Amino acid sequence: MNFIKNIFENTKPYVQKGAKYHWLHSVHDGFFTLFFVQKNTSKSGTHIHDYIDLKRTMGMVVLALVPAILMGMYNTGYQHFKAIDELASTGFFEIFLFGLLKVLPIIIVSYGVGLGIEFVFAQIRGHEIQEGFLVSGMLIPLVMPVETPLWMIAVATAFAVVIGKEVFGGTGMNIWNPALVARAFLFFAYPAQMSGIKVWVAGSQATDAITCATPLGDAASGVISYTASDAFFGLVPGSIGETSTLAILIGAVLLIVTGIGSWRIMLSTIAGGAVMGLILNAFAGSASLSEANQVFFAIPFWHHLILGGFMFGAIFMATDPVSGSQTVSGKWIYGFLIGILAVLIRVVNPAYPEGMMLAILLMNTFAPLIDHYVVQGHIKKRLKRATVSGRTA
Amino acid sequence: MSEPLFSKKNLKLLSDPLNSSNPITVQVLGICSALAVTAQLKPAVVMSISVTIVLAFANVIISLLRNTIPNRIRIIVQLVVIASLVILVDQILKAYVYDVSKQLSVFVGLIITNCIIMGRLEAFALGNRPWQSFLDGIGNGAGYAVILIIVGFFRELLGSGSVFGFQVIPDSWYITNGGFYANNGMMILPPMALITVGIIIWVQRSRNRKLIEN
Repeated sequence: MNFIKNIFENTKPYVQKGAKYHWLHSVHDGFFTLFFVQKNTSKSGTHIHDYIDLKRTMGMVVLALVPAILMGMYNTGYQHFKAIDELASTGFFEIFLFGLLKVLPIIIVSYGVGLGIEFVFAQIRGHEIQEGFLVSGMLIPLVMPVETPLWMIAVATAFAVVIGKEVFGGTGMNIWNPALVARAFLFFAYPAQMSGIKVWVAGSQATDAITCATPLGDAASGVISYTASDAFFGLVPGSIGETSTLAILIGAVLLIVTGIGSWRIMLSTIAGGAVMGLILNAFAGSASLSEANQVFFAIPFWHHLILGGFMFGAIFMATDPVSGSQTVSGKWIYGFLIGILAVLIRVVNPAYPEGMMLAILLMNTFAPLIDHYVVQGHIKKRLKRATVSGRTA
Repeated sequence: MSEPLFSKKNLKLLSDPLNSSNPITVQVLGICSALAVTAQLKPAVVMSISVTIVLAFANVIISLLRNTIPNRIRIIVQLVVIASLVILVDQILKAYVYDVSKQLSVFVGLIITNCIIMGRLEAFALGNRPWQSFLDGIGNGAGYAVILIIVGFFRELLGSGSVFGFQVIPDSWYITNGGFYANNGMMILPPMALITVGIIIWVQRSRNRKLIEN
């Protein structure tokens, strides 16, 4: 550790006020706090300091994402070798290595572009480098199909960081979850590369022989192409990090134990999805539905929770403390509506099989409104209770 | 009043709307048509010219009539003048550039409700002499045109890979032809026009800090 400390001590004179490289001082501070705790204390008033700062909170979320990342890498290889019929003859590590080499470039591009823009903005605006992108930079690769071209990832990341975040004032000021902004941008800008049957399995762009739809895409056309256990463990085609419900739940435990993710939002989102699934089941026999729709309406309600991005969104996206609701009852409403909308969109409008993304973005938009009315409700309730002492009303 | 035709004050009427009092980015007028007709450059240019002509002549006519229009019915008088000019423009477009006229469809007719025109008549032509009003109309029309053309240029280039209808991005770049590139489908959707206008406002205000409201 002394060796690293020396580097920072030696470079410090160059970035001090008035020194030649002062404009780089936030870069220096940014890397310093990555390894050490700042000793600066506030000069006025009473403040409570805690070592769980933004950087460490973000680090914890990334840690919670690790199971999903590893499982995503394995599944990337698994789907590839399954598609070319060589699954039996390929070893576990070979499968994992293939996935690793596919996923790693996407992660590098996402972090490189996003952090680059954050650094540039921090220098221009003269504020500290904020760590909000540590999580977004990991979420972005996990919500993309594996065959998305790298330059599209770069464009989407730049769009999400600049239009989704910096425009509103940077970390902590954004209205929408940046990773979902990136995905929504790609979804509407390059639909051919973000949906359909040619993007979910590594290698499918290169050869026409490999095509594979996601279970949701199949279900929308009335075909059930998954088993519940595959969907739970994550051995189905889909965006890189979203397939394995098990890996996501391991991350969820970490988030709840450390108190970083809101269990209220997670629980209410899942409840919302289940309720909507049940409602759709009740209408499954209706004669006014097309045949494909009847199949999709009829799948057991809990399948909605393990398919597609539902669980990933509920655990890692809906709980984003910046763009989600802040009040306790607000969180219940917010999460519940996300669940309802996600399942509603994915089943009733088959053109948008990924309803979770749209549902979360929509509810992000309404989160401040929900909070406003929750707070107003509290104020009204208290006013009713309040009596003016010593006077008659 | 023996002021030269192109005095400094009059030239300011022409140049101000291009920057510090731009009708779209500063006065925030005429946003609707700026979003609707800018998916390609050609309709954007035709629209800009049409609005400029209507605006300049409506300004002149209202300015000539300004002392005779009863205050209480001035909006109706303004509308009659604008509507007549828009019908003229519409007929000319139909006669000479029929395909563009079809592309613009209702938006030529909607010039009548373009806030820039009503706004300039109310704010300027009713209180100024015809020549100044004419310059104000040309200036504001040009300010509108600049934004429309910038937005149209980027939307057509990124959304369709062409400029003015000419393919700029080589066909062999496209994924369907074995390349790597794909047109950005979102650029031709209206939300992206709004975001592009927003970026222009952002750039303009970071260069001209006086425009930032507190």
